[in-house]
This record gives sequence, C-alpha cells and structure tokens, in this order.
Amino acid sequence: MRYTTTVVVGAGHCGLAMSRCLAERSVDHVVLERAAVANAWRTQRWDSLRLLTPNWMTRLPGFAYRGDDPDGYLGAPEVVRLLEDYAAKCAAPVLTDTTVTAVQPDGHGYVVRTDRGSWRARTVVVATGATEVAAVPTRLSEQVPAVVTAMTALDYRNPDQLPRGGVLVVGASASGIQIADELRRSGRPVTLAVGEHVRMPRTYRGRDVLWWMDASGLLDERYDDVPDLVRARNLPSMQLIGSPQRATVDLNTLRRLGVRVVGRFAGVRDGMAQFSGSLANVCALADLKLGRLLDSIDAWADGAGVDAEWPERFAPTAPTATVPLSMRLNEIETIVWATGFRPNVSWLQAGVFDRKGRIVHDGGVTASPGLYLMGWPFLRRRKSTLIDGAAADARELADHLVGHLDTLARRRAS
Amino acid sequence: MSTSLIDNGVNVEALLGAREALAAAPEAAQFHWRARCEWVNGTHSRTTVHDFSGLGAEHTHRERFTFEGDHPEVFASEDHGATPAEIVLAALASCLTAGIAAVATNRGVQLRSVTCTVEADHDVRGILGADPDVRNGFNGVLVHYTIDADASREDIEAIVAQSQKRSAVYDILTNPTAVTVDVN
Repeated sequence: MRYTTTVVVGAGHCGLAMSRCLAERSVDHVVLERAAVANAWRTQRWDSLRLLTPNWMTRLPGFAYRGDDPDGYLGAPEVVRLLEDYAAKCAAPVLTDTTVTAVQPDGHGYVVRTDRGSWRARTVVVATGATEVAAVPTRLSEQVPAVVTAMTALDYRNPDQLPRGGVLVVGASASGIQIADELRRSGRPVTLAVGEHVRMPRTYRGRDVLWWMDASGLLDERYDDVPDLVRARNLPSMQLIGSPQRATVDLNTLRRLGVRVVGRFAGVRDGMAQFSGSLANVCALADLKLGRLLDSIDAWADGAGVDAEWPERFAPTAPTATVPLSMRLNEIETIVWATGFRPNVSWLQAGVFDRKGRIVHDGGVTASPGLYLMGWPFLRRRKSTLIDGAAADARELADHLVGHLDTLARRRAS
Repeated sequence: MSTSLIDNGVNVEALLGAREALAAAPEAAQFHWRARCEWVNGTHSRTTVHDFSGLGAEHTHRERFTFEGDHPEVFASEDHGATPAEIVLAALASCLTAGIAAVATNRGVQLRSVTCTVEADHDVRGILGADPDVRNGFNGVLVHYTIDADASREDIEAIVAQSQKRSAVYDILTNPTAVTVDVN
C-alpha cells in the first residue's frame, strides 16, 4: 500500500490540468493512467480527425498555443505530442500502464486498487472522461442482423476499413456528420439518420464560430446559472469539423454531396430499417436554435463594438419532398453508430450514483467527500468538455479539494 | 421573462412540479390508457373512454366520452361519424395545440388565437387491397398553424417546434409503435 494525498485517475488533458493545479497548491499527488498519456487520442480517434477547437483555444493551466497557425486545428498525433510535452513541462507525476480496478471510500479517504498495487489517498479526482465508451442504443442494435458490419465512432478509422457498399450512419452530431462526409467522398452510398442535433457554421462574420462563443462569454456560462441544466448537459455535440479549409459540414452540404438524409433510426421491421417522420421538426429546431445563437452573437458584437464582417443568416435546412421512411437492410453493408459516448466508471465503488447509474455531482463535487469529477458535459461551464474548459474547472475543483483537506486537518487537530 | 401577466389557461406551475416530482418517481409516471369499442352496424362503431390509471392510482374522466366512427357515403357507408383516420388527425391537432398552449405559457407568451388545419394524403388502394405496393396509412400529414400571439415569428415557430418535440401523438405517428391484437 502506497500513500498520497490525491489520486488523479486518467492522464488526458483534464487529469494533467488538475495535476498542474494540485502541484501549484503543493498537494502531493499521483496521476494513474491505464496506458500512456493522451491514450484516447492514440487509440480511439479516426485518422482524419482534428480538434473541433482552433489552436489558439488550446489552452491549459500554464500553457497557451504559440505556434504559427493559431486558426488551424490539431490532428490526433499533434494532440498526443502536445499533451506529452505538457506532462513533461509540468513534471506531472504520471504512472503509466497502471489500470485502476477499484476506488472505495475508506475512513477519511479512499483506497485505490490498481493492477500494480494499491494506494491510499485522502482525495480522488476522476478524470477518465465522459467519452470512454460508445453509447449504442441496445434496443436498436439488437434488431440489426449480424450480416451488417457494425462499428462505432470509436472503432472507425478510415473508409478503407469498411466493405464496399452502402453505409448507414446513425447520428448527426460532430462524429456522425464527419464520418458520413468522409464515407460519401469515398464513393459509398451513405444514408445519415438524423435526430436532434446542434447545427453550427464553422465560421461566422469572418471568424471561427468558437471565437464568438468564447469572446462573448457564452462558453463561460456556468452550470449554476443555466436555466435548464439537465437539457444543457444532454445536448448533442455541435456539428463542427476541424479542417484546413475551415469548412462547414451540415445537412445541406451533406445532401449536396449525395448523402441521403433521413429521420432518426427507429427500428427494423420486415427487413426494413425504419426512420422517424420527425426529420422536418428536428431540422426546424436546429435552425431556430442557430438563429437565436447568431442573434445573441450579433447583439453582443454591437455592444462590444467588434470589428467584423456583416451579419449573415444561413439557408434553412432544405426540406426534401421525399424523405424515405425506410430502406431495405440489404442495401446496407455497414452501420456506423455515431450515437454518442458515455463514461466508464464501473471501478468506482462509492455511493454517488443515481438510479440510472450516473454520478450525481454539483459542478464536479460529489456527495462523497474528497471525490471529484472532471471533463463531463457542462460540469461547471459550457466549455467543460473542451480542452480549453479544463483550466478553470481544475482551478476551482483544486481549490475545493484544498478546502476539504484543510477541513480534514482541522478535524484531526481538534 | 415574466409569466405573471400571462393567462393561456394552462397551469404551468403544476406541470413543472409534476416534471420534477415524476423525474424522481418513475413508477408514478407510468400511465395506462384504455378505450372500449363496440361494433354498432356496418362500418359504424362506438368507442368510449372513461377510466385510466396513473400516479399509482385508478382515475376516471369527469364523464364518459364517446367517439362515433364510421365511413362516409362515398364508401357506401352511412356516415354516423368521422372516419378512424380523421380521428387520428383530430388527435394530432389536439395534442400539438395543447402543447403550444403549455409551451407558450412556460415561455411567457400570451396567445390570442391558435388555429390549425391538418391534412393527410391517403391512397385508399392500400386498404382496399387494390395495389399491394400502396401502404394502408397516410402518405404524409401536413399541419398548418395560424397563431396570433405577443411574440416574434421566430418565437412562435420555436413554440410550435417545441410542441412537436414533446407531443405524444406526434411521436406515435412519426415513430413505429408495437401493436399487439389478440382475441378472447
């Protein structure tokens, strides 16, 4: 049994940001990593994927991008290199190839079991991310015959990996639209099943749309200020792609490319995949929501006197007269589930879960004293899942953690 | 946003309270709806709804509601009531309109008038068995709303969109539902 004050689980950007903040506060800690720093970026990203956030937004505690392409988007190998460099620069105490198998409350702290021995710590920060496993709707996937090759957005690498022939991409968030775009360009017939989604132009009034969201304070909106936190935490990811051309990929561009856009994948009956008839409404919802976002950006730009190009409005998502409500499954060689992700914290044996198996937390602070979370959707602010969101969350949670350690110390003293 | 001066006849506080209470008590949220139908004659049938269960108890409507279903004279019937397909349109319109009132109230929007037309295209060769390639149901449904309210066009469109997002009958019509029919 080894001892430390804080165990951070996971050496991605969140765990490293927290490590830096703990070091700044002289909190003795260790970062346990099942494989290597930035493991998900080494093993769970498709070849062409780039960050959705521009380089100037790649900020971590004590680090800001200083390269010559501030408006570009890092590819996965570059993210790996950046996080490796950051870990080295911070001298983060990372133990690689160490898989946490259990975290259990014990007295005034926790026992952390790993495949390389156990640790006792006063506090634990869970920084394994909210996107560790693909969230595939079992009820639907069970209906798809085994002859159809199935993969998730985490398994997908490039078009060559797929059999020739038709593809059904389920889900139209960032992953789904990017994969549909790439597979269509590989010459395959692609059908994209679309439920609720968040439409987003890559650039607006001559700037990256995330510049506007960052500068206007929208990304800093706090979890305790947002009117409907449940909805905010469950929003699908923005339809964005990081590309050298700063291209916008949305349902209109995909349609022009020849992607068949259909409603939400609803089930299989008589050898036919069935799609919801709600496509027009989910498109209307997304268009209206985008309009409200652009209105708020314009209002902020006026007030702040930002020098930018004139406001513009984007064409509505074009309705097509004949949206197919079903297609024969034998037209589909491959189904790609781009239906979102979920965390995997099965090793966490603390009473912090709700009846749906989700960790209950207040801005990353759980009800189990000394147990913290990082990197979950809208954890403390809208940008909590972005690399740029780690710094502020890590600082605040590190402050809370130090406060908890002080409380423990006072209790021991009295 | 102030809702204090808004009166669309919807008790939004009760709905929001129910949302919060039922999120924590999923058993109580399980409702069970029932309708009873009796054949009268020809294509004429009479359906009544009276009792249902939910919130962990049995309930009854204030009175027994009756729906006459029949086919029109052009189908060689006696036209004692709406066709069942038209009753589906009525159900969709009622559901979406109720949702519009609730969403508008929640968003502090005073409604002055809400009307809609619901139209469906239907190729009856399907139900007649005249062409096996034609489905029995509608080819599509078109709902057109006319709304007079204290809100911008975009806000009204957003209310109508949100109503669809939260509508039971819209979901029932746009997504597959398992239907099991058996005989005693």
